[in-house]
Amino acid sequence: MSALAHLVAATAPARHAVLGPGAHLPHGAPPPVLGANLVSDLHELFAYHFMVTALAAGTVVAVLAAAVGWVMVLRRQSFAGHTLAVVGFPGAAGATLVGLPIAVGYFGACVAAALVIAAVPRGRAGSSRGAESAVTGAVQAFALAAGVLFVNLYNGFLNGVDALLFGSFLGITDSQVWALTAVAVGALALLVLLGRPLLFASVDPDVARARGVPVRALSLAFVVLLGVAVAAASEITGSLLVFALLVMPAAAAQQVTARPGLGLVLSVALGLLVTWSGLAVAYFSIYPSGFYLTSFGFAVYLVAAGVRGVSEARSRRVAALGRGA
Amino acid sequence: MLVMRGAAAAAGGRTLWSGVDLEVGAGEFVAVLGPNGAGKSTLVKVALGLLPLTAGSVELLGRPAGSSSRRVGYLPQRRSFDPGLAVRGRDVVRLGLDGHRWGVPFPLLLAGRRREREARTRVGEVVDLVGASAYADRPIGSLSGGEQQRLLIAQALVERPEILFLDEPLDSLDLPNQAAVASLIGGICRDSGVAVVMVAHDVNPILGQLDRVVYIAGGRVAAGSPHEVITSETLSALFSTPIEVVTTSDGRLVVVGEPEAPEVHGGRHGHEHR
Ligand SMILES: Nc1ncnc2c1ncn2[C@@H]1O[C@H](COP(=O)(O)OP(=O)(O)OP(=O)(O)O)[C@@H](O)[C@H]1O
Ligand SMILES: [Mg+2]
Repeated sequence: MSALAHLVAATAPARHAVLGPGAHLPHGAPPPVLGANLVSDLHELFAYHFMVTALAAGTVVAVLAAAVGWVMVLRRQSFAGHTLAVVGFPGAAGATLVGLPIAVGYFGACVAAALVIAAVPRGRAGSSRGAESAVTGAVQAFALAAGVLFVNLYNGFLNGVDALLFGSFLGITDSQVWALTAVAVGALALLVLLGRPLLFASVDPDVARARGVPVRALSLAFVVLLGVAVAAASEITGSLLVFALLVMPAAAAQQVTARPGLGLVLSVALGLLVTWSGLAVAYFSIYPSGFYLTSFGFAVYLVAAGVRGVSEARSRRVAALGRGA
Repeated sequence: MLVMRGAAAAAGGRTLWSGVDLEVGAGEFVAVLGPNGAGKSTLVKVALGLLPLTAGSVELLGRPAGSSSRRVGYLPQRRSFDPGLAVRGRDVVRLGLDGHRWGVPFPLLLAGRRREREARTRVGEVVDLVGASAYADRPIGSLSGGEQQRLLIAQALVERPEILFLDEPLDSLDLPNQAAVASLIGGICRDSGVAVVMVAHDVNPILGQLDRVVYIAGGRVAAGSPHEVITSETLSALFSTPIEVVTTSDGRLVVVGEPEAPEVHGGRHGHEHR
């Protein structure tokens, strides 16, 4: 039951106490307001341990999600990523229901779903690609239904739903941050190790196979890696926010640059920008951090799409001028 | 380079061709011809070890097919990239050079930096060679089919292969470009002694470069010099129906009366064009 206790503590009244203006201040003190003095505002941000913990966890999640998400977007596997994120919800709810730690629920569900998704052969454009999205969609629909059932089975669990979906950024313990960091370092190390062959297999599977790259095995490894990353991040961000952090910085980066190395770095930088600014603004606001993170992510994507549009229009104009001359 | 003995292959439970004996030596330019669905791409995949034989044997660079992948260039048939794919043409070429190596390039150490420089130089060379420099830095998905095709030829060439398998490389090129790419490949074949096995629909753009022709039709294969194989007698025997080969005044070969590919129940639907 300790898992549930933690869940409820991180949500419901406690969550509002944490998130709400001035709740962390002594009674009667004025709520924090984003004033003209940015330096003192920043100073205030770092004065509270829970805020430092939130920023540390947010940083790790942002780097992990943006890096793994970049490959996910490149491989056109956003739908699989979304499914893995959604599957975490019934996993965590089910674990709470039977009294297991929430982390066990997230990892168990995400990795199991990853194996199901990976078991379906993945083609380039043709029919097998369609098969993948059909299976993925089926897994997703069932997962949501199961999640709703678990929530209903557990009396008084409704408060926890919020945390499962939108995260508990401001109720994170130090040991959670360390566990998250350990998983993230392992996942990123694996991503670096798979590196070029994974890129090759993603971009050009036929030639990669002919060159001896184990395309099927890499595909399996990546989906499981995606599942692990989603599970680790979901514990902090909840099932819905994790997808925003996976897809938005990566999609924005791929709008702006077609250089793989630069794109990956840019994706991570945008992920950090979105997370830090989202958490900081949420601190001074009465609205939940998930809203700010997602909105800033969307704004970054829109800006990136705009940049791409402008630069394409300019290169067309240059090309037209070149032809005219 | 490539030796096939009594080889046979099947797809979807149907034997495509059998009794194929074929030898390709260094610096030879061999065309694989035949109607749609005859099994040309299958022949290439069997040689690469991507598909199994049902009979006979195949050896590539002195080893059983599939075990020697390093010195072999491959351009599969008609690949087109997702229009939104955010990877530059140059990067796709680069994958042909070191895409099979684990890890990522690590240019912080001195040796890593030198290797990185060499890799970039080599990629630049082949991109120049195929005349793709003007668009190699654009996302590959945004390029036209012909532009993509040139970059893919560069990718197949980048690791200085000893043998090159090209499955319909002239496919999405216009006539002047077909001639240009054909003479480019012919030149590589002659000058660097690279063996070339090229699947083609029309023999004419490459007729001048060819050493040998492999013609697949009706489950059988005829091999020999172009003027031995592409004759009324040989093709009529192969198709078991009268075929006429006409030589035009400018030396082009025109095949008249080539029948449709043998009808396979539903087989055409399964035919995968990536
Ligand atoms: N996986 C498969 N399952 C069933 N049939 C297949 C499969 N792959 C290929 N075939 C069949 O094998 C036959 C030969 O295919 P192949 O791709 O070798 O033809 P091709 O000579 O290259 O034709 P094209 O000129 O159209 O490229 C076709 O009839 C095709 O339908
Ligand atoms: Mg073919």
